Amino acid sequence: MRYIEPHAHMVSRVTDDYQEMVVAGCAAVCEPAFWAGFDRSSADGFYDYFCQLTEHEPKRAAKFGLPHFCWLCINPKESEDVKLASDVIALIPKFLERPNVLGIGEIGLNKNSRNEMKVLEMHVDLAARHNQLILVHTPHLEDKLKGTRLILDVLRADSRIKPERCLIDHVEEHTVKMVLDGGFWGGMTLYPETKCTAARAVDMIELYSGERLWMNSACDWGVSVPLAIPYAALELRRRGHSAEAIDRLIYQNPKRFLSQCPKFKLPDAPL
Amino acid sequence: MNRQQLLDLYYLEARSKLIDLAAFLDRLDRAKGESDFRLNAFNQALEQLRADSTPRVERVLAVLSDPTTEPIPAATTKAACGAWPGK
Repeated sequence: MRYIEPHAHMVSRVTDDYQEMVVAGCAAVCEPAFWAGFDRSSADGFYDYFCQLTEHEPKRAAKFGLPHFCWLCINPKESEDVKLASDVIALIPKFLERPNVLGIGEIGLNKNSRNEMKVLEMHVDLAARHNQLILVHTPHLEDKLKGTRLILDVLRADSRIKPERCLIDHVEEHTVKMVLDGGFWGGMTLYPETKCTAARAVDMIELYSGERLWMNSACDWGVSVPLAIPYAALELRRRGHSAEAIDRLIYQNPKRFLSQCPKFKLPDAPL
Repeated sequence: MNRQQLLDLYYLEARSKLIDLAAFLDRLDRAKGESDFRLNAFNQALEQLRADSTPRVERVLAVLSDPTTEPIPAATTKAACGAWPGK
């Protein structure tokens, strides 16, 4: 089995996780910029973080032969401070040419505030000006439905943005249809308690064909499972999906979306 | 998969979760003090489970969601609690 982990916060994980992911068939890992669990005090902290994502982390992954890619932004959880967000966004263009940077993400909303909306619009403008792919974080729990609607409105309002170049992550049953109907890609995050179980992800795949869906572990410093995708593959098998269909969902689908960035190139991975 | 196959695959897991829910509600009943908006939302969501038609999961998620449409003035916390306080 081969798979792509399209959303994992590896800076928060131990090296053993890299080893186990590769043993399980991981062919590439993609790391969106994230909240550290505490607020950074200045844009300098983000500069260091972006260096970590583009220099240090790829080397750590390479020790196991695993290609590492990343996305850059200031996460919605730190978007209430618009001045800080502006300073951080100003740093990003100089990193966009680095070989493992795939685009702008994970941008979006957290509590659906006015300032978060402003910063989202700034990120969308940045992506449009630099022709970057977009990876979107949708809010948690009670904020997801409203936040997803607001995010889609922002993306649709910018005529430069092509839905097929945007992945709307953390979809659940009440948001997946609006995302796919809008021509966007959807990401299903496999978490033990919040977001989505493997069984529910398979339900959505069966209901919506899975043509523009991927799954991810979004493993970070919280309760999360770095091998969530291989476990979801097992769930797909238990539900009667063929090896070819599973490969399409966990390897070919993310590859198809991510390959819209010419920097996303993988050595041939065995089936 | 047909219904028999799905029951074979998921019944025991769903049964376990159902009993956990019952135990959670009994635990709350035994405890002293006031509950809050989360339990109200939880009880409303439970009513959706008894509906005869799908999609129950979408209705449960909707009951537990903020139904408003405008951005809030400012974020005063980063965390979500799983139910809308109704402000």
